[in-house]
Amino acid sequence: MTETQMLLADDPIWLVLIKVVALFAIGVVLTLFMINWERKVVGRMQQRPGPNRTGPGGWLQSLADGLKLAFKEDIMPAAADKRVYFIAPVISTVPAFVAFSVIPFGGKVTIFGEETVLQLVDLPVGVLVVLACSSIGVYGIVLGGWSSGSPYPLLAALRSAAQVISYEIALGLSIVGVVLYAGSLSTADIVAAQASSWFVLLLIPSFVVFTIAMVGETNRAPFDLPEAESELVGGFHTEYSSLKFALFFLAEYVNMVTVSAMATTLFLGGGMWPWPLSALNANGWLQMIAFLIKTLIFLFVFIWLRGTLPRFRYDQFMRLGWKVLVPGSLLWILTIFAIRAWRSTGGSTTALLVTVGILLVAVLVIAFLVPERKQKEQTIELASDFPVPPLDLKVPTKPARRKRRDRSVGTGRTREPALASGAPAKEDDDV
Amino acid sequence: MFEFFKGFGVTFGTMFKKVVTEEYPENFPPAAPRYHGRHQLNRHPDGLEKCVGCELCAWACPADAIYVEGGDNTEEERYSPGERYGAVYQINYLRCIGCGLCIEACPTRSLTMTNFYELADDNRQDLIYTKEQLLAPLLEGMEQPPHPMRLGEHEQDYYVQGPRLARTGAKGDPVGEQVR
Repeated sequence: MTETQMLLADDPIWLVLIKVVALFAIGVVLTLFMINWERKVVGRMQQRPGPNRTGPGGWLQSLADGLKLAFKEDIMPAAADKRVYFIAPVISTVPAFVAFSVIPFGGKVTIFGEETVLQLVDLPVGVLVVLACSSIGVYGIVLGGWSSGSPYPLLAALRSAAQVISYEIALGLSIVGVVLYAGSLSTADIVAAQASSWFVLLLIPSFVVFTIAMVGETNRAPFDLPEAESELVGGFHTEYSSLKFALFFLAEYVNMVTVSAMATTLFLGGGMWPWPLSALNANGWLQMIAFLIKTLIFLFVFIWLRGTLPRFRYDQFMRLGWKVLVPGSLLWILTIFAIRAWRSTGGSTTALLVTVGILLVAVLVIAFLVPERKQKEQTIELASDFPVPPLDLKVPTKPARRKRRDRSVGTGRTREPALASGAPAKEDDDV
Repeated sequence: MFEFFKGFGVTFGTMFKKVVTEEYPENFPPAAPRYHGRHQLNRHPDGLEKCVGCELCAWACPADAIYVEGGDNTEEERYSPGERYGAVYQINYLRCIGCGLCIEACPTRSLTMTNFYELADDNRQDLIYTKEQLLAPLLEGMEQPPHPMRLGEHEQDYYVQGPRLARTGAKGDPVGEQVR
């Protein structure tokens, strides 16, 4: 057993309960915060203020929306499979929170005289728990769409599920590198393994694949095509209303927080402060602050992506997942294997670097030597003999404008006498 | 490749730009000076109404929003210089499209538009504005009609001397037609 596991093993039941409630609270509060933050930031990116009416600075808007949602009519479609329809949002929400339990928020702390770690459990397979939870969450989506008894949610559910599953593969493959270097699947161990340098520096390709895949995994823009708000009614939760819909919504945002927290754990050193602030690492609570800051950075990236990128088409999206991310990660894992095998069999680092350099140069040379694919010259067939401007038309540049003062000297004189003379300049008789 | 990241720069940079939204109910921005807002029935400097009840505005209105009934002035009860005055004057703001054709049609510049735009209510009746609501307020030196012509013997005095009278009498309303 590692030290973390020792500390967690003798947690009394009240401490476990406190942690469970705290985790739930963090999930819900971060969701409420995230919805508001997203609307505000996207608003600012479009030069508008976003919600600013409810509560101080509009920060209670999402709470008000949630309350409103709870009081709305709970519609049960006539064609719905009642039990499955009822259980689907629960299936989708519960795993989202369960995945939260293995996140290592911070280091050793003392709560009411009990020494413990800011983490609920530290399973030897912690990372797999997160992956498993997101897989179970897909059941919620599929069952929700299927049990609605309506064809559109069914189609959307299949698309959502296909999307989540295909990006989960890329997500899982990007974790392999981290696991290889950390030598453990436990989240606390992975954080501990990054004490000297974060994995984001060592495993940049893994990090890139992970960040792309986690956006696809959570059905977020630009990969939000199954529930594209501006194009579809609602995706798999079209038939849902009231609290059941709120649960789906909650699950989506908690999932976002979870994958952000995972990215922090796997690549950004969990709750560790970077170099100039490393003195803060002694305190477990301060570590938790660092963890939350890093998570918020990832959440901001989610918002930023949504504010910037247009939505993908379904085929482009699948091509990116299966033809770029998955083979890319496989190649990268192969490279890691090769490097590690070389190092562990006593190969020298210089030879390794030279080999990598030669390979890189070779790839670059080939890339430059291979001629670009010739673009076919575009021929535009005119539909009629209506005169159109030539394709290579160049808009003539304007001659530099003369200064305003120069012009007013020429024309201003004609205007002024009207005011100067005794006659009334303006008939202002609308009293 | 770099174009892809340029977009991120644009959105990030825009976050720190000034927000263009006008916070309407808290901060009540005045409309443009020539905004086609609520109508106003103007008065002569002595308080007599300019409206002569000719109904040209009602005829010009493409939305049929204006209803006018003219009445005869008498020496005892005079509302406007000349023979006739607008006895009933109504504008239905549920119909009005704010095109301003009525203003162009008005021969005496009686009907003009202010830049007041808060025209909303929860019932239809209150959005039919009557003459009392549309008439310009009595300014300094004005007198509530009916009263005899104070600015001359004849109605032509009002129109011929209009500009001069306006210059001497228009000290009360520096903002002109601005209504807040």
